Amino acid sequence: MMTLTKITALILLSGAALAAPVASAQTPYTDDTVYQGLGGKDGIKHIVDTFIPMVLADPRIKDSFADFDMQQLAVRLGEQFCEFSGGPCKYTGKYRDKTMDGVGTVRDMATVHQDLKITNAQFNALAEDLQIAMERNNVPSSVSNKLIAKLAPMQRAIVTK
Amino acid sequence: MQNNNNTVLRRTGAVLALAATLAAAGDALAIDSTPDMGKFLATGGVSEVDGAGGGGITPWALITGYGTRDSWGANAHYTYLKTQDYSLGSYGVAVGIADRVELSLAQQQFEGSAAPLNHLNIKQDIIGVKVRVAGDAVYEQDSPMPQLAVGVQYKRNKGVGGLGALGVTNVTQLGARDDHGYDYYVSATKILFEQSLLLNGTLRATKANQMGILGFGGDKGDDVRIMPEASAAYLINRKLALGAEYRNQPHNLGADANARGYYDVFLAYFPTKNVSLTAAYANLGQITIFNTRNQSGWYLSLQTGF
Repeated sequence: MMTLTKITALILLSGAALAAPVASAQTPYTDDTVYQGLGGKDGIKHIVDTFIPMVLADPRIKDSFADFDMQQLAVRLGEQFCEFSGGPCKYTGKYRDKTMDGVGTVRDMATVHQDLKITNAQFNALAEDLQIAMERNNVPSSVSNKLIAKLAPMQRAIVTK
Repeated sequence: MQNNNNTVLRRTGAVLALAATLAAAGDALAIDSTPDMGKFLATGGVSEVDGAGGGGITPWALITGYGTRDSWGANAHYTYLKTQDYSLGSYGVAVGIADRVELSLAQQQFEGSAAPLNHLNIKQDIIGVKVRVAGDAVYEQDSPMPQLAVGVQYKRNKGVGGLGALGVTNVTQLGARDDHGYDYYVSATKILFEQSLLLNGTLRATKANQMGILGFGGDKGDDVRIMPEASAAYLINRKLALGAEYRNQPHNLGADANARGYYDVFLAYFPTKNVSLTAAYANLGQITIFNTRNQSGWYLSLQTGF
């Protein structure tokens, strides 16, 4: 039991260490104008609910998500959009691999993508789907661009090819 | 006829040379031969009047087309600008390789429509190369570092038509030192998503009079001058950008009346990654001492590619 806790702690710590240089690159907005522009918590949920099916239907990128727990991904994305936009959320930045028993490896932004060989074209396709998802939820372009500004530097952690 | 055949041969040669260069560059950069059309919409820019990827009258540091660093892209353009007494047409092709190197070929045709220059017809060929040297205009949103590119444009003026009665068939007879020349430039482009802005600054080392339409160097000087160019655009949405541009030029030629900068305001529309349409209103100032009327008018440009 102790061992398991220790291992978990170790994984979390090393994950945090790996994530640190990436996370430090982007700091969330300090006021909640963008969060409100996205429609707050409900608005972000609608955006994510529009976005996920688009991603799964997008031939450019859907295969990359084949082994993903999309429900968990939706929660992480919601947290992330909320935090970056200055909303009252905390992005944990941790993704647990999908396994039968629910106890998968916990990963951060960089490690979750390292084996996927994601290209710039795929990263851009995902960002484009997000822009369209925001458009469909009537988010003004000036607001959606502000969110894109926070997400774009993630290219360095996500694009591994 | 012989002349036409020669022209066709020369053009075919140029296209083959370009294709060979592309194949070599593709191998060197280990890119996919299939175009990926993977860049963000509009981030290849439109086609500048000299043929490079950019705004309407100034090159940007962005590489033309939609190929990412793993692929390539290309496009063709046709641009037509009509002022009170002149028109300028430009058509060409450009290729972007690995989001790193851009090669462009363009031809400009400048015509007069008001007497005594109503038969004036000047053509110019332009070959351009641009290389992205640093930065990324799109991803580096957490840094003020822009995307930087350097480029060169070789311009060859193909002679003056319509002034035969005056015995003028070459721009050198109008006072230009040369009928060909090189422009060297460095461009810095930054997309500021937070502000929905695209900003570009270009410095061009040039001797060109009216972009080379009136030749290079002249009776007033033959020094290369470094001239500023700038663009700013507001990204209204994913498909629309509204902006303004400025391009200054040297004043080496006496016949080149009061050569001042060009200005334009433009609206660029990107309905898909295969087509862009730019409408602008441009002010070119006075162009020659033979007609001192200020020249301004509509500019329309169609770009198609991948």
